[in-house]
Amino acid sequence: METGFTLSNTIAAILTIGIISFLWKDNPLYKLCESLFVGVSAGYWFVSLYYQNLLPKLFDTLGLTQLFTSADIEPGAIQILINEGRVDNSFLYLIAGILGALMLTRLIPNLGWISRWPLAFIVGTTSGLYFTTYFQSNAMAQLRSTILPLDSIGNVVIVIGTVCGLVYFYFSKEHKGVMGGAARVGVWFLMITFGASFGYTVMSRMSLLIGRFDFIFSTWLGLTG
Amino acid sequence: MPLYEKLKNIDRRVIYIFIALSVIIPLVFKIAFTEQASPIVQNIFDKIESLPEGSRVILSYDYSPSTAPEIQPMADALTRHILEKDLRLYNMALWAPGHNIATETTDRIIIAEFPEKVYGEDYLNLGFKAGNEFLIAVILTDLKKMYTTDAKGTDIDSIPMMQGVKNLRNFDLILSLGGGKPGLKEWILFAGDPGHIPVAGGATAVSAPNLYPYYPEQMLGLMGGMKGGAEYESALMKIYPQYKNKSHPGIDLMGPQAIAHLVIMIFVIIGNITYFIARKRGEER
Repeated sequence: METGFTLSNTIAAILTIGIISFLWKDNPLYKLCESLFVGVSAGYWFVSLYYQNLLPKLFDTLGLTQLFTSADIEPGAIQILINEGRVDNSFLYLIAGILGALMLTRLIPNLGWISRWPLAFIVGTTSGLYFTTYFQSNAMAQLRSTILPLDSIGNVVIVIGTVCGLVYFYFSKEHKGVMGGAARVGVWFLMITFGASFGYTVMSRMSLLIGRFDFIFSTWLGLTG
Repeated sequence: MPLYEKLKNIDRRVIYIFIALSVIIPLVFKIAFTEQASPIVQNIFDKIESLPEGSRVILSYDYSPSTAPEIQPMADALTRHILEKDLRLYNMALWAPGHNIATETTDRIIIAEFPEKVYGEDYLNLGFKAGNEFLIAVILTDLKKMYTTDAKGTDIDSIPMMQGVKNLRNFDLILSLGGGKPGLKEWILFAGDPGHIPVAGGATAVSAPNLYPYYPEQMLGLMGGMKGGAEYESALMKIYPQYKNKSHPGIDLMGPQAIAHLVIMIFVIIGNITYFIARKRGEER
């Protein structure tokens, strides 16, 4: 990255300071930076998804682009149908295109219910794909990883932590006696886990702050040599 | 007003100023600490070290610029290590901005530090493809179904590095850098586990705890946040001392990180002390 007071660096630094200024109090510069960020992000993703998804996967594949431009693109389903008289498999993309278009019916109050069909398709296919994957990786493989010989402190901690954590979430029996003790140990394991997660979260957020300060003080101002 | 009252009612902006100073001062004065690779990071390093020359390694850029301060040190160190070992590097991205980050990393690390490496023979950029975890599921069995060209538009069959590559099973290691979805978890679930392919990588610190359960059976190593990147840099410099003179942002930025954490801990302790004093006085329950 170019260092010093270049135009792009200066704009980036001002925007960074504008966003950070919210910590002091809400102000017009922050509002400007926030709106700019939202607008640029929306624009970026729209253009990116259009050129990565809609254009190559739908318009080019079906042959719609070829109908309206003279660009050197492989013939699509429409061209194959016209030139070879063959119905190409690519016409299946039309179904996806129609389902995608149906999502937009949400914008029309009377026809909003139609958008449930593509949503049902997405939920159904995703559930189907995830069911086997999660069962294999998050249930069976995790279970296998927990069945360990108690020959090291690490293994003992994993086994006790897992069993006691599960006992805490077992509500069919009152947490008294052995069950109560195990549930209490389970809570301690959970608390330590939450603490570790919180520590990592702090580190993550600090890293972002350090990254921006590094940009301001090193890249932009050049104070760190 | 007694000290206790002052501390109890401390303005949040005072805390912000202390945090800012705890970052700025170590940054300006370059305060850094030594790092030692933990076993979970060392495992990734050892795996790459053990791969024979010419092995195929995927490096998936599954992040955007917003998390680059945490992830980029890992990408730089991994790229250096992979090319130093003469492995074949396949860059790709499940996130759209990841493609640009991969290109920027290529310009800054590969072209600048490894000018002898040839595009298409030693390293390749497959670019971004939409599809998230579904993309991984497809390329597990047929890579060319999704990738007909590389990021530059070159026909995939004409690229020397792609000869003999049918699907993900032809790769020796998959590395994913990210933290969001899709990311390392999706690579484990949709490629590593069903394809029995070694998977490792790095993640933002905030998402690292969710990935630990996959170690070591389903994921051979993990770099968690900036600390993970710094540890990998230290492991790399230990074996390849020439990188001591190159950039190592992970180690450099861990100085401010450590000081800032210290300041946060001090405020947490102060907060707890005032809480217990207040409870003792019967002010709060």
